[in-house]
Amino acid sequence: MSIVNEIERVLDNAERVNGDLNSFLSIERNTALARAAEVDASSGEMPLKGFAVGIKDNICVKGMQATCGSRILANYKAHYDATAVERLKAAGAVVVGKTNMDEFAMGSSNESSAFGSVKNPWDKERVPGGSSGGSAAAVASGVVRAALGSETGGSVRQPASFCGIAGLKPTYGRISRYGLVAFASSLDNIGIFGQNARDVADVLGVIAGRDPMDSTSADVEVPDYAAELTGDINGMRIGIVRDLIGEGLDADVRDSIEKAIDNLKKLGAVPVDITLPYAKYGIAVYYIIATAEASSNLARFDGVRYGFRAEEAAGLREMYMKTREEGFGAEVKRRILLGTYVLSSGYYDAYYAKAQKVRAMIKQDYVEAFKSCDAILTATSPTTAFKIGERLDDPLAMYLSDIFTVSANLAGVPAVSVPSGLSSDGLPIGLQLVGNFWGEAEILRIASAYETAFPLVGKPTVFVG
Amino acid sequence: MDVKHVANLAHIAITEEEAALYGPQLAGIVEYVEQLNTLDTTAVEPMLGGLTAEGESTRTIRADEPRSSFTVEEAVGQAPDPVAGHFRVPKVL
Repeated sequence: MSIVNEIERVLDNAERVNGDLNSFLSIERNTALARAAEVDASSGEMPLKGFAVGIKDNICVKGMQATCGSRILANYKAHYDATAVERLKAAGAVVVGKTNMDEFAMGSSNESSAFGSVKNPWDKERVPGGSSGGSAAAVASGVVRAALGSETGGSVRQPASFCGIAGLKPTYGRISRYGLVAFASSLDNIGIFGQNARDVADVLGVIAGRDPMDSTSADVEVPDYAAELTGDINGMRIGIVRDLIGEGLDADVRDSIEKAIDNLKKLGAVPVDITLPYAKYGIAVYYIIATAEASSNLARFDGVRYGFRAEEAAGLREMYMKTREEGFGAEVKRRILLGTYVLSSGYYDAYYAKAQKVRAMIKQDYVEAFKSCDAILTATSPTTAFKIGERLDDPLAMYLSDIFTVSANLAGVPAVSVPSGLSSDGLPIGLQLVGNFWGEAEILRIASAYETAFPLVGKPTVFVG
Repeated sequence: MDVKHVANLAHIAITEEEAALYGPQLAGIVEYVEQLNTLDTTAVEPMLGGLTAEGESTRTIRADEPRSSFTVEEAVGQAPDPVAGHFRVPKVL
C-alpha cells in the first residue's frame, strides 16, 4: 500500500473518532496528503517513513494552528517547525493533525481546554488525563502510531497511564524545546506517546540530541534506542519505594503495582528497597516553581504581537487587562495569580527561594537512589481515569493526581509509563519507571520487556486499529 | 492573599465573582505549599532552573554568525493591529 493510501486511511480514522473523542483540534488533510506524496516519491532511507503522528497544539508545525488549547491563541498559526517536528518530518513521518490539550498545558484532565474536553477511549464518561490528553487519546484509539506531547509535571505519563499506552518524559535537555510554547521553562520537556515502548524508542532516536536553537539542549551522545530494546533485563536492579505503595493509592492500583514487581522478578530483575525522603514535597515545590515561571512566560500574551485582543479598551493598560481576562480560562488565571503572588515583593524568599532549595533536595534523593538501583518503579498515578467533572471544583485534588510524576520533572530525570494491567472496572493502570540522568535506554528496555511479556489484555471501546 | 491586588500586578482584570472564587482556592493551595517551611534548608544550595550538574555538558555558546530570520511580514502579520510593519496599540496616556 502506498504511503498516500495509508495516510488517507489515518485521516479518515481521525475524522471518524473525533466526534466521539475530540482528540484532534485540527485534522490537516491537505498538508498531510501532500507530504505523504513527497515521502512516497522519495527513494531515500527514512527511519520513520510514512509514520503518522499527531502533534500537541503547543508545539509548532509550520503553517498549522498552535492554539495551546487557549482562546487567546485561537487564530494563531505557527510560521516555523519546532526542532522535534523538523526532525520527525526529515525522518519521513507525516503530521496528520494537532491534538487537544489543557489550556497552556495546565491541567491533569484535559477539561481546561478552551475547545472542549477530550474523552477517554476506554470510557467516554472519563477524562483521558492531561495535559496531553488529545495526543494520548489519538494514540490509544489506534488513529496514529505515535504523538508528541509535552510534560511539565506528568502531562505525558499520566494520560499514557489513563489511556493504556506508553508515554515518555525524557531527561531535561534530551529533546530540544525550540518551538514548544513555554509554560515553566525549567520543567518543560517534549514527550512521546506510542502504542508501545518500541514506537517511543523509534521516535526518540530521531528527535533527541543537541540543537543550537535551544541552549538548554544537551550535547550528550544519543544511543541507538531501538537496538537497546534487547528484552534482556536479567539482573537489573529495580528500586521500590515502599512509602509510595500505601496510603492514597487505589486498591486496584496497589495490587497491580505489587503484581508488576513480581512480574519483573520473573524476567530476572532484582527489586531493591530505596527511599526518596523528599518526594512527598514534590507537589508543593512544583506549584511554586511552575506557577512562578508560568506567570513570567505567559506575560507575553498581551494582545500586542499575536493572538486575541479585547475590543474597546480605553488605553494600553486596560487593553492588556481585558485581553487577558477574556483570553485566558480559569485554571490559567489561577496559576498566573499564584505565580505572581509567590514572586511578589516580600514573598519571594519565603516561597520561590525556599522551593528552589527543596527542589535541590529532591534531586539529591534521586542521585542517592541511583547509587543502588538502575530504575525506580512506582505507580504513574494513584488512581485510574476519573469521571469528567469530578475534580473541577477542587484544584488541589486535581494537582495531587500528579504526586508520583512531578518529582522527575523537578529533578530532571527521565521516566516512562507503560500499562501494568486493568482495574476491576476495566480501566488501564500505568506503571512508571524512572531512570537515571540520560538513562532513557534502560527504562525503555525494561518497559519494552514488560509489555512484551505481560501485554495489556483488552481494548478501548473507541478503537480503529 | 489580596486577589484583586495580585490580579492587578498580573495584568488580569477579574470580577468580584472571580475574586470570591479564586480567593479561597488560592488560599488553600498556599496553605498546602507552606508545608515546605517545616524543612530545614539552611545548608542547601538552591537548584537554579533546569541547569543541573549534568547540564555541564550543555554548550550554551554557538557561532555568532548571521543567519536568516523571520520576515517582517511573518513577524507582524498575525498581530491584532499591524500597521506598516509595526504593532499598533491603544494610546498609552
